[in-house]
Parts: sequence; C-alpha cells; structure tokens
Amino acid sequence: MERELDDAFLERYSRHILLPEVGVAGQLRIRRAKVLVVGAGGLGSPAALYLAAAGVGVLGIADADTVDLSNLQRQILHGTADIGTAKVESAARRIAAVNPEVAVVVHREYLTAATIGAVVSQYDFVVEGVDNFPSKYLVNDACVLAGVPFSMGGILQFVGQTMTVLPGRTACYRCVMGEPPTGKVPTCASAGVFGAIAGMLGSIQAAEALKFVTGVGRPLGDALLCFDAKAMDFMKSPVRRDPSCPLCGDHPVIRELADQAGPACPQRGRPARWAGAV
Amino acid sequence: MTVFQLDITRYCCPLTFVKVKAQLYRLAPGDILEVRLKGAEPLENVPATVVREGHAVLGIESLGGGVHLVRMQKMAAGA
Repeated sequence: MERELDDAFLERYSRHILLPEVGVAGQLRIRRAKVLVVGAGGLGSPAALYLAAAGVGVLGIADADTVDLSNLQRQILHGTADIGTAKVESAARRIAAVNPEVAVVVHREYLTAATIGAVVSQYDFVVEGVDNFPSKYLVNDACVLAGVPFSMGGILQFVGQTMTVLPGRTACYRCVMGEPPTGKVPTCASAGVFGAIAGMLGSIQAAEALKFVTGVGRPLGDALLCFDAKAMDFMKSPVRRDPSCPLCGDHPVIRELADQAGPACPQRGRPARWAGAV
Repeated sequence: MTVFQLDITRYCCPLTFVKVKAQLYRLAPGDILEVRLKGAEPLENVPATVVREGHAVLGIESLGGGVHLVRMQKMAAGA
C-alpha cells in the first residue's frame, strides 16, 4: 500500500482522487483493472488513451492492422511516423509515453471464434471498436458467453452509437440489432466519417469502462446512446433484453462461438430493433 | 485509537488535501491524524475536505510562521 500511495501516484491521479465518488479506493480499483480494447482505430484510439491516462493496470490492445495514411485523420493513437507499422506497436509506444505505469498487452491478431474467448476472459471489461459487423457480433457473443461486460461502439459519417452490455443483466447487441446484416452496407471508407466523432464516442466508451471498474454512476446498460454531431443531438433510447435472443434470451441456442460471414461497417442507419429514432 | 502525524508544509494545493485524503484512507475509524500545513490555501482547503469526506475536525492550532496544526479524526471507512 505504501508504494501504491506515493506522492507521484497521488499527484498523477489527484483529479480522480479528489472526486468523492472515486477517491483513493476508486483509483486503486482502476490500477488493479484489466481492460481490453478491441480495435486500435478510430474508437480504440481515444478509448485507449483515456484508459491509459486514468492508470488502468493492464491495457490489452487487439488489432492486426498496420497504420496507413488515411487512418491519421481520426486514429489519434498513431502518427505520421507510424505509417506502415503495426497498430498495436504504435499504440503501445504512445500509451507508454502517456503513462509508463500501464502494462500494455498487445494482441496482434484478428480475433476469431477459436481465439477470442480465451482473450476476453483475461479481462474485466472490453471496449469494442471494430469496423465490421462480423467482428461486432463475435465480440458480443464472446463477451456474453464469458460473462465479461463490454462497451459496443460504432460511428459513420456524423453519427455515433454506443451501449454497455452487462452479460446476464442487460440487453446484448443481438437483442438490439437482431440478426447480422447481409448484403452490402456502407463503410467509413466508402461513406466517410467526421474524424472528431471518433473522439466523442471512444471517450464515452472509456468513461463507461472506468465507471464499471470504479462502480461510479450507472452503466449505459439497457440503453442505446446515439448522437448526430451535425446538430449535436444526443438521444438515449431504452432497450431491453429480448427473451427470444438466441444468445442471452430465455432459450439460448448460441452456446459456442462461430465466425460470422458478413459485410463490414458498424453503422447502417436504423438497426432492426432500435427503440428510438434519430 | 492511534494518533498519526502528517507534515504537508512543503506541498501546494491540491496535493495538500489529496495527501490528507490518502492518509485518512490508511487509518482505521477512530484514529486521530495531526496535520502540519503551511499557508492560507491549505488552511482553508484541508479542513473543508476533511468535513466533506465525512470526518471530524477536532481543532486547529497556529504554530506561528504561517504553519498550523489541524487535528482530525477518521469517522468511518471511506475513500
């Protein structure tokens, strides 16, 4: 305890410790937490940076890609000098510069049905920032089956949406979105994305992770938060666990993971079971 | 009940009351903490923090030279 509460610790995290809701106890919970960020891109970048700044003990980063020039408009973990290098390596360097106390675990791989379960099980919370539907469903299924809470996030053009899933307690991604989409869907590469909204949404996801770890406030469970940055409208729509959800419903049929075939992109207008409207 | 001392005369706010908060975190309910602080800002912030955290300020004594001794008691397990 004495080493944990030295002056450097107290000063670095003083703005957290000052909060009655966090205090020393909350900051120590953050230090002992293990959070996985899946995707070191638009959403994963701000999420990882804020989690590192907050002093998360173990920060896992999963991404198989390398940095390219078009990423730099919004993927703020990476810089011009990182073009061509593995995103997880670039991320690890940047995180170490922000906070060397954070233990970074790199997963330089595409997480598949065969591998993702063992990975997510090592963590207390997962921040999902992937750019394709098959991976979104895979992360959802893996986390629900492993009982690991996670934050789902997606952005496209000027719109973002996020929800927090507490397995066994709140709606999962399948409850809200239904079956995975088939056919062509727009992607950020084809339809574009306003860079700064990646920061808006990824930061919300980091806050959700830290709230879960510290027990502060109320998680964004059973609620889909959406924003349209053009008018800066934010909407929070209640959602509910679907009793007929094949994963977390009353009679689940999905009991093991399978790689999904399907189109890319986390955002395609109104999802099938969205209980609100933009 | 044990009495502890903490000297924060060389620190500036907000680290002053963060250190007090951290020290209180380590104590058991009922323990006494005697804090030496220096300057007007810590004199205002530290007792206010202690009360806000739910603990008791037992007394404040001037030691001269802008230094004060603030005696406080931990009331319950807190952050």
